[in-house]
Amino acid sequence: MLYAILCYHDEDVVSGWTKAEDDAVLAKRRLVTDKLAAAGRHGPAARLMPTTTAVTLRMGAEPVVLDGPFTETKEQLLGFYVMEFASLDEAIATAREIGRDETGTLEIRPLRLFVPGTLPT
Amino acid sequence: MTGTAWIGELLQAARPQVVGALLRSFRDLDQAEEAFQEASLRALKHWPLNGPPRDAAAWLIMVGRNATIDGVRRGSKLQPLPAEEVISDLDDAETILAEHLDGSAYRDDVLRLLFTCCHPDLPATQQIALALRIVSGLSVKEIARAFLVGEAAMEQRITRAKRRIADAQLPFEAPGAVERADRLGTVAAMIYLLFNEGYSASGGTAHIRATLCDEAIRLARLLLRLFPAEPEIMGLTALLLLQHARTPGRLDDAGAIVLLEEQDRAIWDREMIAEGHALVQKALRHRRPGPYQLQAAIAGVHAHAIRAADTDWVEIDRIYAVLERVQPSPVVTLNRAVAVAKLRGPAAALDMIESLAVPLAGYFHFHGVSGALLRQLGRDGEARAAFGRAIALAHTPAEAAHIRQHLDVLARDAQPS
Repeated sequence: MLYAILCYHDEDVVSGWTKAEDDAVLAKRRLVTDKLAAAGRHGPAARLMPTTTAVTLRMGAEPVVLDGPFTETKEQLLGFYVMEFASLDEAIATAREIGRDETGTLEIRPLRLFVPGTLPT
Repeated sequence: MTGTAWIGELLQAARPQVVGALLRSFRDLDQAEEAFQEASLRALKHWPLNGPPRDAAAWLIMVGRNATIDGVRRGSKLQPLPAEEVISDLDDAETILAEHLDGSAYRDDVLRLLFTCCHPDLPATQQIALALRIVSGLSVKEIARAFLVGEAAMEQRITRAKRRIADAQLPFEAPGAVERADRLGTVAAMIYLLFNEGYSASGGTAHIRATLCDEAIRLARLLLRLFPAEPEIMGLTALLLLQHARTPGRLDDAGAIVLLEEQDRAIWDREMIAEGHALVQKALRHRRPGPYQLQAAIAGVHAHAIRAADTDWVEIDRIYAVLERVQPSPVVTLNRAVAVAKLRGPAAALDMIESLAVPLAGYFHFHGVSGALLRQLGRDGEARAAFGRAIALAHTPAEAAHIRQHLDVLARDAQPS
C-alpha cells in the first residue's frame, strides 16, 4: 500500500529557523528517509513554498481565483498533483481544465524542493 | 527541537499578533509589552508540563490580559474600580473563540501595531528601531549592534520614541478601507527602509546586519499573509527576497564590494529567487503595477540571467520606463541610465543623467555612475572629479574602497609607460 505523509507546522515558526537549524531538521529526517529510498520504497517528496506564494481556485459554474492558500475548514485534503508549468497563468489554466464542471477547491502552490523518489515504475 | 527551544519559537512567532491584540485592549504600548512578557513567563512555566496549547496566540492574549487586569485589581484595593474600558475586556472561553475566528480583528491588530511604530513624528531610524523592538522582539542589545551604536544610546532612542507615541493620539477604531490602504503603504515603506538599513551594510558588520534583512522579510511575509490580495505587498516581499538572494555574492572575502556584473551568480540563493519569481507572477496577474512590483520585476530579470552577459537590458530598460511613469524620481532615472548605457552606450546614458546633477548632487551613486560613464568615454579628468565627489559621500568603508579602485586605475592609466 502506498501512503502519503503530509507535513503540517506553524509557518512563522519554521521560517524563523536559521539555515543551520533548518538543515539540521532535514538531516535528521534524512536518516529515516534515506533507508526507504535505498530500499526503493520512497516515492516523490516535496517541500512547498510559503503559503504567501499560493493562489486558490474555487471551482463551480464560475471558477474564482483567490490570492492565498486554501483556508476552508469544511473541505478536506483529498489529493494532489505535481506538474511543471512555464508560468503561474499556465498552472491556473490547467487547474481550471482539471476541475472543470466540478465543485471543490484546487490550491496552486510552487514547490521549494522536489525529490523524485525511488519507487519502481 | 529539544528542551524548551520550541517555546521560544512559538512565542517569537505569536508575538506580533499577541502584542497587537494586547495593545488594542490596553491602548498603551508599555502595558501591552509587559503583559506579553508576563504571559511568556507563564508559558515557560506551563507549556513544558502541559504541552503547547492548540492556539498559542489566543492563549497568550488571554493570559496576558488576565494577568494585567489581576495586577490592576490587586494594586487598587482601596481605589476606585478600574476604568470601564479595562474591565470590558475580561476574558473567558468565548473571547478565545472570538480571537480565533475573527481574522479581520487580528489583521487590524497587527497592522495597527506596525503602524504605531511608523508614527510620522518619528525619524525613520527610530521607526525601524521601534518595530524591531516591539514587533520582532529583538533585544535592545541586538538592535544597537545592528545599528552600530552603543546599547545605552539605543535604549534612550527607543524610550524616547515610545514616549512620543504615548503622547500622540493613536487611532484604535477599526480603520476604513482608505485608512487601511494608507497604513499599509506606510508600513510597507518602513519595512523597505529596515531592509535597506541591513542591505547597505559594509564588510565586517555584514553578518550582523543581515539580521535586519531577515527581519524585514519576516515582516513582509507577515503583512502579505494578512493582506493576501495586495499586489504591492507581493511586490515588496518579492523585491526583498530577490535582493537578499544576492547577499552571498555582494562582498568578497576581504569585505570589498563586488559589482552585480562581477558577482558569482552560482552562490546566489536560488530558493529565495524562486519564491521571489513566484510572487512577481502572482502580483502581475492583478495588472496594477506599483513601484515595489516593478523593482521586483527588474531584480527578477537580473536573477534570471545565468551570466551577467545574458542580462536582458531591453526588458530592464522597458520596466524602468514604466517605473519612471508610476513613480518619477531622479534615482529611478539614474538607475535607468545604467540600462541605457548597456543598450545605447555611455554617451546616451550621460545625456540622460545630465539634468540630475542638481537634484542628486549629494547622492553617492550619482557621482559613481557619472565617473564610470565619463571614464568609458575617455574623459578621465572629469571622471576623476566625479569619483572624488563620490568618495566624499560614501556611507561605508567598502563604498569608499570601491571608488578608490577606480581612482587608482585612472592614476595608473595617466602614468606614461
